[in-house]
Amino acid sequence: MRSRIPVILLACGSFNPTTNMHMRLFELARDHLHQTGRYQVIEGIMSPVSDKYGKKGLVSAKHRVAMAKLALETSNWIRVDPWESEQDTWTETVKVLRHHYNEALRAFQSKKEFTRNKHPTESSTGDSLSCQQPVLPELKLLCGADFLQTFKTPNLWKEEDIKEIVEKFGLVCISRAGSDASQFIQESDILSAFQHNIFLVREWIQNEISATQIRSALCRGLSVKYLIPDSVIAYIVHHNVYTAESERRNEGHLLQPLRLQNTTINPMRD
Amino acid sequence: DPARKTEVVLLACGSFNPITHMHLRLFELAKDYLHETGKYKVIKGIISPVGDAYKKRGLISANHRVTMAKLATKNSDWVEVDDWESCQGEWLETLKVLRYHHQKLLSADVTNSVQDAGPITKLGRKRKQEPNRHEPIKKKTQSPAVKSVPQVKLLCGSDMLESFGIPNLWKLEDIAEIVEKHGLVCISRAGNNAQKFIYESDVLWRHKNNIHLVEEWITNDISSTKIRRALRRGQSIRYLVPEAVRAYIHSKGLYGAESEDSNAGVLLAPLQSHASGPRSSQAN
Repeated sequence: MRSRIPVILLACGSFNPTTNMHMRLFELARDHLHQTGRYQVIEGIMSPVSDKYGKKGLVSAKHRVAMAKLALETSNWIRVDPWESEQDTWTETVKVLRHHYNEALRAFQSKKEFTRNKHPTESSTGDSLSCQQPVLPELKLLCGADFLQTFKTPNLWKEEDIKEIVEKFGLVCISRAGSDASQFIQESDILSAFQHNIFLVREWIQNEISATQIRSALCRGLSVKYLIPDSVIAYIVHHNVYTAESERRNEGHLLQPLRLQNTTINPMRD
Repeated sequence: DPARKTEVVLLACGSFNPITHMHLRLFELAKDYLHETGKYKVIKGIISPVGDAYKKRGLISANHRVTMAKLATKNSDWVEVDDWESCQGEWLETLKVLRYHHQKLLSADVTNSVQDAGPITKLGRKRKQEPNRHEPIKKKTQSPAVKSVPQVKLLCGSDMLESFGIPNLWKLEDIAEIVEKHGLVCISRAGNNAQKFIYESDVLWRHKNNIHLVEEWITNDISSTKIRRALRRGQSIRYLVPEAVRAYIHSKGLYGAESEDSNAGVLLAPLQSHASGPRSSQAN
């Protein structure tokens, strides 16, 4: 019996703050991949963008990572990774993917070594589970349909980066209406060449909780209970994270990716 | 002037089969809206799950539905669950549930006011009293800032409002009493038909000041039907319902294919007796 391919899902974004919708993306993606019968999702990683991204209203990474941690407390498979937020400069998505893939590979190699050392006499053709050759994990980028659409903005992405993302890694793209996304893929040579590695997941239970709307509600003193976890609300209140002042941060500044010439850009990370 | 604000209790009737984040959001949206008018102070939210006698398709035992609602409101300091309706032997019209809670609120209020009638040691300070304490009912004296009578308003989605228009489903006099004596707080998505619906109904139009339409800008369409469907298909419902509710559903193995078939072929209680006050699918 062919064993399932282990998959790690990586979501990049501002997470400003983390909402129930962000976490839903992971659950939807996992269910979808499991239902293909070919994959086993072993881990989910939330990677908040660095402060150097320069997006309007972006609060300190320290807070955003802390809030993501609180939001993920009840999850036994999704975690937040602060690596990207700790880099000195803003990091292109493809580089974040490469970093986490290398980490996963390293963990995989050491696990293989450990298993081999524990069972040196077992053959690789045996039936028992511990004898099966462990399958190399795959790392896929988890995103919404709007992210996919940004590929077509001229000069925003390097062609070779898009190709690397869909060829070497893969995309799991959650959207309300599948038709726009699949049409978009058909209209792109690169994307249609690798469409077997782009998973379109339809979200039937509409749950469009944008972080921007959350911040707006908070500034107006309106309730956001049941849209984001209670623990995150408590954190926001305790640390007074979102204020009229924090909303004005980076106002008038250009997004870091747009400042750089000929580099991969990620404008819509919500 | 805080003393001049009308105290409001929000009452949500429905199947809550199961309760979701969307149901809980209705309360938050309604409270924010009423507070922003400057005229109301929301003092309590009540979730009243419908009794099993409602006979809706797929409705599981009230015990479970009440328990889940209680788990869901554990972390709320103002929304609570009331199981009076679900404990009744037969199905009750919405109006009767409204009347019951209104009466309960008035009795509690009278008891509180009675305490105010005593020596006023600190101006305007109302001593908190348990509504069930046995105190002689003295005549209520007028305090300087007369608080208007507290109200119980029905909290719902726009589909319940629009169900008023389904022929023979509601008694006209019941609708009239709901909007005239109590009031509605109706939450719906931006761009809905609720205003048009009110315009097209004489009884609703007459009492439109007592119908509060609240727009929900953050789309949050978590229907119980979809939750049950996801559960039957082994899909995740995390982050759509409170974690404690999700854990309860899984530990008790609720909502399989079999439970969805319950009451199949049975007529909904309100239609059996041609009585009024059915539950719409959205006010679950």
